Order: sequence, then C-alpha cells, then structure tokens
Amino acid sequence: MSTFERVVKILNDMDAGEGIELTPETTFEELGLDSLSVVEITMSCEDEFGIEIDTDSNPTTLGEFVELIDAKLGE
Amino acid sequence: MSFSIIATGSALPKKVVTNDDLAQFLDTSDEWIVTRTGIKTRHIATDETTSSLAVEAAKNALDMAHLSPSDLDLIICTTVTHDYITPSLACVVQGELGADCPALDINAACSGFLYALDVADGYFARGRVEKVLIVSSELLSRITDWRDRATAVLFGDGAGAVVLGRGDALRSIKIGAKGNADPLYSPNVGGISPWRADKTEPECFLHMNGQEVFKFAVSTVSADLTDVAREAGIDVSSLDHAVLHQANLRILDAAARKCGLSPEKMEVIIDETGNMSSACIPIALDRLVRGGRLHSGEWVALAGFGGGYTSGAACFKWD
Repeated sequence: MSTFERVVKILNDMDAGEGIELTPETTFEELGLDSLSVVEITMSCEDEFGIEIDTDSNPTTLGEFVELIDAKLGE
Repeated sequence: MSFSIIATGSALPKKVVTNDDLAQFLDTSDEWIVTRTGIKTRHIATDETTSSLAVEAAKNALDMAHLSPSDLDLIICTTVTHDYITPSLACVVQGELGADCPALDINAACSGFLYALDVADGYFARGRVEKVLIVSSELLSRITDWRDRATAVLFGDGAGAVVLGRGDALRSIKIGAKGNADPLYSPNVGGISPWRADKTEPECFLHMNGQEVFKFAVSTVSADLTDVAREAGIDVSSLDHAVLHQANLRILDAAARKCGLSPEKMEVIIDETGNMSSACIPIALDRLVRGGRLHSGEWVALAGFGGGYTSGAACFKWD
C-alpha cells in the first residue's frame, strides 16, 4: 500500500472528508479540517509510520503531507 | 499505606463571561469558540483574588471533612497566578485559616495539583503527616492577553481544594517534566535594576503554540492514564471516572480515543469554566464528589499536563 493510500485510510478511519474524492491536490480545508484536526491526523500518521512530524510543517494538501511523510521515512 | 482524599471543595468568581460577551470586543463568535474548544462560559474575577478563592475552597473542603484548620499538618498550594511573588499562597491561606503547620507552594503549571499529590505522598510515606490540605487556585484572567482572540477565549478563574488523610485509596502516581519554555510561557516582571541589560518591560501575558501543546497533551495524557491504571492493576478501560486537566474539550476527546477510554467517563467542566490551570482537576473532582457520582470502590484517575512541559497522573480506588 502506498503512503498516499495509508494516509487516506487514516482519514477514512477518522471520518474526514466523507463523500469527497481524495487526490494529492485535495486540501485539508476542503476536507473541513481545522488546525487541531490536522494535528490529530498528524499524530495518527506518526503512529502508523513510526516517525515524528513537526507541528509547524503546515502542509496544505494531501500531496504535500505525503511528501513530508516520505521525506521523514527516507531520513 | 499512603493517603485517601477525604474531602473536596471549590470556589468560583461570581462573574460569568459568555462567548457573546467576548465577541463584543474580540473578532470571534460563540460558534467558533465552542467548535474549537468546547467552552461556553468562564468565571472571571472582579473583586475576588487568588488568595480569597483559595481560602473559600479550603474552608469548603475542611467543612466536608469535619476538620478545623488546627488539625492540618501541612498545606500545599499550587498556582501560577498568585497575588504575591512572596509570601507564598500557602502561607497566605495558612494565615487566613488560622492553621499552625508548614505551608509551601508548588509551581508546575496545569499539572500542579498532581505534583502536590506526589509531594504529599512523600510526607505520608515518611510518617510526617496525618492530614494535608492541598489548594489549587488560579486567576488566569490576570495573565490573559485580552486583546488576543486566540488565547483570551480559553481561560478562566477558580480554586479547588482537597483534604488528604492517611489511607490507601491512592494506588499509583507519576509525575514528569520535559523542560521547554517555548510552547507555553508567561514572562515575569523585568524589574528596574539599573544594571539590567534589556530595559524593556515584558508584558506578563500567556503565550501558547496551541498545535504543539495539543500534541503534547494528547500523547502524554493518554500514555500517563494507561501507565497509572496498569500500575494500579487495572486496564484503562476499567476506569469508572477520569478527571483530566480541562484545557480543551478536543484534547479530552482525542485522549479518550487514543487510550481506549469511553468518552462518557471523562469529567467535563470546561464548557462552564474554561481552562483554570492547576485548579481544573480539584474543581472537577469536587463536582464529581458533591454530585454524588463518585462511589466507594470505584476507580478514578486524575491526569494533568501543561506548561513546563509538566505532566502527572494518579489512580485511586475511591473509599
């Protein structure tokens, strides 16, 4: 499963963006997520991928978020 | 054998400030505040002080315990918003009550009440005390920047107290710190020393990186609850009640999810009180006790987290 698919699964588990087709261009704002919800999703991804993500990284799209995770996984 | 909590008490300022009141002078709304924090109102001091609320909460707890101040062997207070730099709040409370025992303050921000319980545990373990009064009193309105809509909506004032007596209700306790001033701090006065290099006078207001604090809070409190429950010999899902520091309803919900605790077991007062730093936990505990909802034999966990960073949790089998 790709990083993007794993992130989508986490979003689905948290009932984020129901009824919206998720693409790398989808923004957190379009998903109706505020800053604290993004932190929660970040924390779930940290658990899923075994990495630490800075809260000031501020990705705006799912694609940017996936790039951030892949970069951390490559470190 | 350590201690049991034999009585509780609390005190809130009479003035209630609603979200609509704040929207009169801040660019915010009731809907925005409730959605992001769960807070609907907060009590804000007008003529009350940190000391006066502390004394009122202490007297309420002593009344419930049927004890007089002379029965106390130790008074511990927690605050980050005391009326004085010195004397300590505990000394002011001791004097106002007319007690005759040692008195000391602890500053561990929002985790202060847990730190005070841990210190008291040490006094009981050394056989130095029979009855201990802990009072957590805060006037967050004093260090709130009322021009900043991001933080002004969060805080409130209040005091909570407990009386501890020798017993075995306490089954586990832990405290921790992860020193880092950046995410949550309030500067002290600069002073007028002629030799001070920086002549600017800092504004003594709370500054907070909400996202970073949220992350610390959820991860720490869920781990601490799991730890103290395990050390007490139960699974966290077996807790009957969880009384957490009330910083944000979203933190309570996220922490419950993360450690597998039913949300209805979380004691919630933040909707009415806002974040009162170290006073939140003893006030929420007092509500639980006086509401007749905490029964003998039930498991209750307390957990705090906040500036420092500091954290702490304890697990009791209520007696």
